[in-house]
Amino acid sequence: MTAIETTYRDALREALADAMRADECVVIMGEEVGLYGGAYGVTKNLIADFGANRVIDTPISEPAIIGAAVGAAMSGLRPVAELMYVDFAGMVMDQLANQAAKIRYMFGGQIGVPMVLRTQGGTGRSAAAQHSQSLEAWMVHTPGLRVAMPATVNDAYHLLRHALTLPDPVVFIEHKGLYTRKGTLDKDAPDADWGRAVVRRPGKDLTIVTYSRMLFETLAAAETLAASGLEAEVIDLRCLNPMDEETMTASVRRTGRAMVVTEAVMTGGLSAELAARIQESCFDFLEEPVVRVAGEDIPIPVSPALERGSIPSAQLIAETADLLVRRRTPSWATA
Amino acid sequence: MSFGDNQGPLRLYTTMRRIRSFEERVGELFVRGESAGSMLHLSIGEESVAGVCAAMTEGDTFTTHHRGHGIFIARGADPKRMMSEIAGKADGYCHGKGGSMHIADMGLGHLGANAIVGGGIPHIIGAGLAYRNRGEGRVSVAFFGDGAMQQGILYESMNMAALWKLPVVFCCINNQYGMGTRVDRSAGRLAFDERARAFGLDGVVVDGLDVEAVNAAAAGIVDGARNGRPGFISLEVFRFFGHARMDKSPYRSEEEEKAGRAKDPVLFTRGSLAARGIADAATLDGIDADVAAEMDAALEHAVKAAPPALDIMFDDVYGPGEPRPTPVRSRIADILSEARA
Repeated sequence: MTAIETTYRDALREALADAMRADECVVIMGEEVGLYGGAYGVTKNLIADFGANRVIDTPISEPAIIGAAVGAAMSGLRPVAELMYVDFAGMVMDQLANQAAKIRYMFGGQIGVPMVLRTQGGTGRSAAAQHSQSLEAWMVHTPGLRVAMPATVNDAYHLLRHALTLPDPVVFIEHKGLYTRKGTLDKDAPDADWGRAVVRRPGKDLTIVTYSRMLFETLAAAETLAASGLEAEVIDLRCLNPMDEETMTASVRRTGRAMVVTEAVMTGGLSAELAARIQESCFDFLEEPVVRVAGEDIPIPVSPALERGSIPSAQLIAETADLLVRRRTPSWATA
Repeated sequence: MSFGDNQGPLRLYTTMRRIRSFEERVGELFVRGESAGSMLHLSIGEESVAGVCAAMTEGDTFTTHHRGHGIFIARGADPKRMMSEIAGKADGYCHGKGGSMHIADMGLGHLGANAIVGGGIPHIIGAGLAYRNRGEGRVSVAFFGDGAMQQGILYESMNMAALWKLPVVFCCINNQYGMGTRVDRSAGRLAFDERARAFGLDGVVVDGLDVEAVNAAAAGIVDGARNGRPGFISLEVFRFFGHARMDKSPYRSEEEEKAGRAKDPVLFTRGSLAARGIADAATLDGIDADVAAEMDAALEHAVKAAPPALDIMFDDVYGPGEPRPTPVRSRIADILSEARA
């Protein structure tokens, strides 16, 4: 098969359908995944193809959905539990963090929990404070959970397919702002990318590390910077656990300057974790402090203007890079 | 010896005596300073759960709460490996990583003890879905205490069980106390079977004094579940001792404890067997002595067993062949050696 143009949403659906055809143990369960087709349409029509025993519409009972997926995974199924919004993690953290993540370890390796929790997060739809968060730090702070956050169409497909072969629970966090984004899907691409970061744009002047939808804001910023002669290297992490430090480290040692960009709020999050790791492994190579560009430490407001203002934009990323590398005064600087 | 399946009143008595005797040795393990911590929750007074366990069959699975030693004994656990696990030893069921509250054995269908109240309940829903989809005729049972009767996830799970007609059973071991709070101080209405029936489950309340009555009631519920009618059992018992080993029960009176302990399912069954001529005193004394020797041996085994090697700490966080966590020490060494190079 040759590469095709498709959307992030359709690539995810293809991954689910292909996985279900390849492995009859794969079942999907969650709110509105069947007849409705998924709140964001990812599971559309799958119930018609695979039946109600494999595409299971559940009551609105998030803790029991994830708990049932844990039990199913321990009983020979490979469930894909859909958590409609990552914000609902508040409902399910016991089943995720105390059960799914720890069962293999607590039970001395007797059994694992090979399930995928598909969910989506992020801003962009004025969905307000309880439907717009970026909560990957909650997941990454729990040993035992693998965490993937694909940005591109091709990664959406391949990372999900790979997640459905792993022996451990995977939290697969999509971005609601990416579902309609188009890109190239090559199903025959080699499946070696799980846990590996990728350099999306090479550059010599600084390294910007990011993931999920912020990749595209960062790439737009890099384009702007290039026009004025500043070459930023952009790294897309893709997976947060396992985390590919080698790609980051090699880049920062070469460029000597590093920025981290996340949509998630700054404090106690992935931006802090990444900055700490870069500092630890690149201390002697750094010309400047490692700078974090992250979401404001506030709940997400509903007003589109406020929502946009609360997360990094291409302009903020570009101006921060200019300040870091060329000491150019940013537009937001006050006298 | 196999302790699964329905095998008559003498076997039920033996199982209950084994539970009692095991738990007494767990208490001794703690007193001798050989247990891993003090979070040991004894099920003395609750031994008639053996009647529920005997209604299950090979291939059936279960989850338990934190007070689950007796259930696992009744489902065929090796007391030596259990006691080793409770002592945090390498040859325990979980290699000393789980302990009393996280004991499990997939071979015996034990999907895991759980230290989060209600935490293991929804796992039987997933197990039930798997058995239903594969047409296996297996049943999965969640055991939990009256504390979990007030947890929301129980009712989410009951609803799913009824909705999907799953082969599952919810078994509440109502020992009257959630930690230090008596059940009438935590529930507005105590007829727990009514709650289950409201969801569309078969529901019974059974007096835990008489293990044979428990077994008869449980057999009906488990058989129903196997035929697509999920059920609920509330086993009414009394927790003889405190919540955990450090708890001296300041929240209840001596009179209450005395009255509660008078309802002793082990002694009741012993008396009943003798009165009915099923076993004479010499036979019962013989069983008790054999059981005591078995559990003494389990205790001594655990005390002598080797602790786990430190380097297994990083095993089994993730599955076989997966990237392992980086030890903090090696990370520090890497960073500082490079920085100084």
